[in-house]
Amino acid sequence: MIALLIRDLRLAVRAGGGFGLGLSFFLIVVVLVPFGVGPETGLLARIAPGILWLGALLACLLSLDRILALDWEDGSLDLLATSPLPMEGIVSIKALAHWLTTGLPLVIASPLFGLLLSLPEQAYVPMVLSLLIGTPALSVIGTFGAALTVGLKRGGLLLSLLVLPLYVPTLIFGAEMARRGAEGLAFLTPMLMLAGISFGVIALLPFASASVLRVNLR
Amino acid sequence: MELTISDLAVARGGIPVLEGLSFALAPGRALILRGPNGIGKTTLLRTIAGLQPPLAGRIGLDREAMTYAAHADGLKSTLSVEENLMFWAAVFGTDRVAEALAGFALEPLRNRPAGALSAGQKRRLGLARLIVTGRPVWVLDEPTVSLDVAAVAMFGAAIRAHLAQGGMALIATHIDLGLEEAEVFDVGPYKAKPPKLEDFDEVFL
Repeated sequence: MIALLIRDLRLAVRAGGGFGLGLSFFLIVVVLVPFGVGPETGLLARIAPGILWLGALLACLLSLDRILALDWEDGSLDLLATSPLPMEGIVSIKALAHWLTTGLPLVIASPLFGLLLSLPEQAYVPMVLSLLIGTPALSVIGTFGAALTVGLKRGGLLLSLLVLPLYVPTLIFGAEMARRGAEGLAFLTPMLMLAGISFGVIALLPFASASVLRVNLR
Repeated sequence: MELTISDLAVARGGIPVLEGLSFALAPGRALILRGPNGIGKTTLLRTIAGLQPPLAGRIGLDREAMTYAAHADGLKSTLSVEENLMFWAAVFGTDRVAEALAGFALEPLRNRPAGALSAGQKRRLGLARLIVTGRPVWVLDEPTVSLDVAAVAMFGAAIRAHLAQGGMALIATHIDLGLEEAEVFDVGPYKAKPPKLEDFDEVFL
């Protein structure tokens, strides 16, 4: 399992691995928003939590079809399926590798990007915290979507359509937590809801992903 | 340990392709599957390897005993030859990388990225993975595609060495591997009959 994680991380950082893809997309969104809505600081500060969350979500979405499709194309998914690793473990490790290469860099970079959107001072802690709690859910749900569409050529569009509705609760509570933080309100309730969603999907979805993957490999 | 297949029926996309298959494979033996294109050899091998459930019948050995190699080698082009094998060695919990590199003459290429290999070299690396897995039953689907004569001989030697250690091999191939001792099994006569409809009305149900 550790070997699979190390391999996936190594593949991601080598040429063509798509490690910086999500991060650059996030940067593009955040840099372009002030040009689109105007440089008014008050307005930017008000919409910053939502924009940051949307950017993170779309950046995640962009790299989802790489989670399993590459392994399927070159046949290593078949070989992994016949290996001693349990399928649930394989999909969990794949989701973890995706989070480490996409979600975690976004979390780390978000304070910097908050600066670009003149995020209020008191919003930084809840912003980073909400992304830290919420992005693992995005990776796990995305792996489920990737498992559903793995056999399809150009399944990216279908994958986005399937996954987007499942992302909505995470987005609502994540952005709400960041917004409340920005306005100086208590953000414990949305944080607990967000944590509940994350832990719930991490605990349950790998089993669903493993079953659909088994069906798709037939 | 013996691989016994009894009354096996396999389906592809829900349509039965082969049925009533029965054969046995003893340790140290190889079985070569033959049959025209599209008869269902790949489906049969994938079923035996545990990638899909059989339609009927029994496979008398656990899937943990099998290792499968198909048309795609499962190589990562940005990893080196050695890293590719090291990964599978870690997954299968073995340390037979050196043996595998030697068996397919890959030592001079060990630090080259797999993406920079020729088709035949990739194939050799894909087959070297079989040694690394350390599993007793090799389930091989057209293993000699894009191999030259020397590499086919290398492959034949690897199979012999595996059989000599008490391993088994189930190979679907059209060319002569030089394995005189292997039995040949023609799957042609086991082609599934098209499903009969009991009642005309069922067509509309």
